[in-house]
Amino acid sequence: MRSGRRLAVLASRVRFEEKQIMAALDRRGATFVHLDPRSLVVADGVSRSGFVLNREVGHYRALYAASALESAGATVLNSAAATHVSGDKWLTTSALLAAGLPTPRTALAMTPEAAVDALDQIGYPAVVKPLVGSWGRLVTAIPDRPTATAVLEHVAALPSPQQHVVYVQELVEKADRDIRVLVVGGEALGATYRRGDEWRTNVARGAVSTRCDLTDVHTKLAVAAAEAVGAEIAGVDLLEDADGHLTVLEVNDRVEFRGFQDAHEIDVADVVASHLITRAEA
Amino acid sequence: MQKVMNAPECPECAAPVSIDADARVSEIVECLDCRSELEISSVTPPSLTLAPEVEEDWGE
Repeated sequence: MRSGRRLAVLASRVRFEEKQIMAALDRRGATFVHLDPRSLVVADGVSRSGFVLNREVGHYRALYAASALESAGATVLNSAAATHVSGDKWLTTSALLAAGLPTPRTALAMTPEAAVDALDQIGYPAVVKPLVGSWGRLVTAIPDRPTATAVLEHVAALPSPQQHVVYVQELVEKADRDIRVLVVGGEALGATYRRGDEWRTNVARGAVSTRCDLTDVHTKLAVAAAEAVGAEIAGVDLLEDADGHLTVLEVNDRVEFRGFQDAHEIDVADVVASHLITRAEA
Repeated sequence: MQKVMNAPECPECAAPVSIDADARVSEIVECLDCRSELEISSVTPPSLTLAPEVEEDWGE
């Protein structure tokens, strides 16, 4: 198979997923280059045509590399706009709400002091999350007001002004699992349960992925959530509360899929490679 | 999986580290002796550096 435009995979860290995608591109006969953003310079006025799959692990490097490459004429998948929205928890919540999708009740406080009021409005137990970050890092369950006061004092001591804007969310009472749906090109590939020993069910924190039968509701929510943030390739996290009601928690634009691939007989890397080639030939 | 013939040294403990024949530059491997996380900096010839520390904005 020959691609109509130059292909590239943008990644500073070649993990299971990136290696599998590159191998899939090789198997499909697609010529591509590996772009390492650590050495990437995009100069004003220099054209960079081509089609770039963004697999950079660092959010800010992924975002600015995508933006710079797009400015120079490249098409980046997912787009810089999608990475901007899905990489920020508040922007994601805002996009989900604008699309009319169910998502846990959330408040944004502009200072740690105001976050005490935000928590009172959301009610306890609640969760405080950093706006940017992944793998469940620094996501903190807040059972009561005394704990909130202590945690928010720590938040106030953090160095970045962005860290002083506090994202507060209801703690959804759920089983020991959430649901991850993979979406590529507007189609849901399947779903997994992610179960862990702690309340944060991130695979990076030891949660295990097992197959989940994809329902029409899962599909509808996940595809709509990916579209809401503008992501062509996405891992959409759904929460199911004790009554079976589903909400969209977040959308991951540079999705890790090793656990998903292990739980399904789906070659996700090949689906991503195929989508990249198809888009480049369009 | 076939291994490369000349295993490069771990930059942390100098133990030989086997890497797969289909290894790629920037791939992350682990030294089985000292458990350091390593990055393949070159495939031909094979060489390793210590992998970067995880940063605050890393994720998916």
